[in-house]
Amino acid sequence: MSLDPRDLELVRATQEGLPLVERPFLAVASRLGWSEAEVLARLRALLERRAVRRIALVPDHFRLGYVANGMCVFDVDDARVSELGRQVGSLPFVSHCYRRPRVLPEWPYNLFAMVHGRDRSEVLARLPEILAVLGDACHGHDVLWSRRILKKTGLRLREPRGSQSCFA
Amino acid sequence: MTEATLSDYEKRLLDDFQKEFPLHPRPFAVIAERLGVDEDTVLDLLCELQERGLISRVGAVVEPHRVGYSTLAAMRVPQEMLEAVGRFVASHPEVNHCYEREHGLNLWFVVAASSRRKVAEVLADIEYRTGLPVLDLPLEEAFRLDLGFPLTWE
Repeated sequence: MSLDPRDLELVRATQEGLPLVERPFLAVASRLGWSEAEVLARLRALLERRAVRRIALVPDHFRLGYVANGMCVFDVDDARVSELGRQVGSLPFVSHCYRRPRVLPEWPYNLFAMVHGRDRSEVLARLPEILAVLGDACHGHDVLWSRRILKKTGLRLREPRGSQSCFA
Repeated sequence: MTEATLSDYEKRLLDDFQKEFPLHPRPFAVIAERLGVDEDTVLDLLCELQERGLISRVGAVVEPHRVGYSTLAAMRVPQEMLEAVGRFVASHPEVNHCYEREHGLNLWFVVAASSRRKVAEVLADIEYRTGLPVLDLPLEEAFRLDLGFPLTWE
């Protein structure tokens, strides 16, 4: 699926954040030289097509005190990982849940679930709930704690280089 | 790390609008109505939260792989090289998350670019310049995509 140039322009204009004014979409529209109605209609269409996941207030969890970030990883039977991954992903305390490839022998885990907490014990207290969902389909697990954030900017579309638009 | 102190309105703002921001000409008035306050109060709160760094932005969150391509990569970096390699990896504009983690594979990062080929080039560049192998762990299936999570308050 590709975005047309106007969609790209709009995503770039809104991803860094909407201005905190009474009519933020009008402010974006004036910057782009569009109408407010077009901004809203295109954003709605992008959301419907799931090109934009959400328009939201994005909290900084780390600054809010959620300083423990445990990347919980599991080695789950390939035949059951899709079904079980969906169940793990629906647990309220899991913020991201993905299936990724194993790279043997270095990396035996194919299911990733991110759990945030105010401290490590809060994250570890959640682990049995995930393991209970996975049951005997899980052959091993680990929790990788973050020690340091070296960079965190979120997915951003960059300004086009020449006529090429670039996503970074 | 000092605990952020927040008022009840601030907590509700942060909790309720992580997922769904009203697509309405006056979105902050809609939020205000739901919280039972006025529009100015909401705007003031948001400005304050942003100044304190508690919200990073109010904006669009783009879907990975719908526009461009991304992957999660991991490296096993000897401790004495970690600082330099971490800085080098993070300096790539295509790298948008980079974490040091407590594991043999101690450097984890997300690479996102306009195409799969461009992502592969970045990984190859990092391998070549550091002399260390990079594990490429692209998303194969998403069960939950960063929808925020319920914040609990003490």
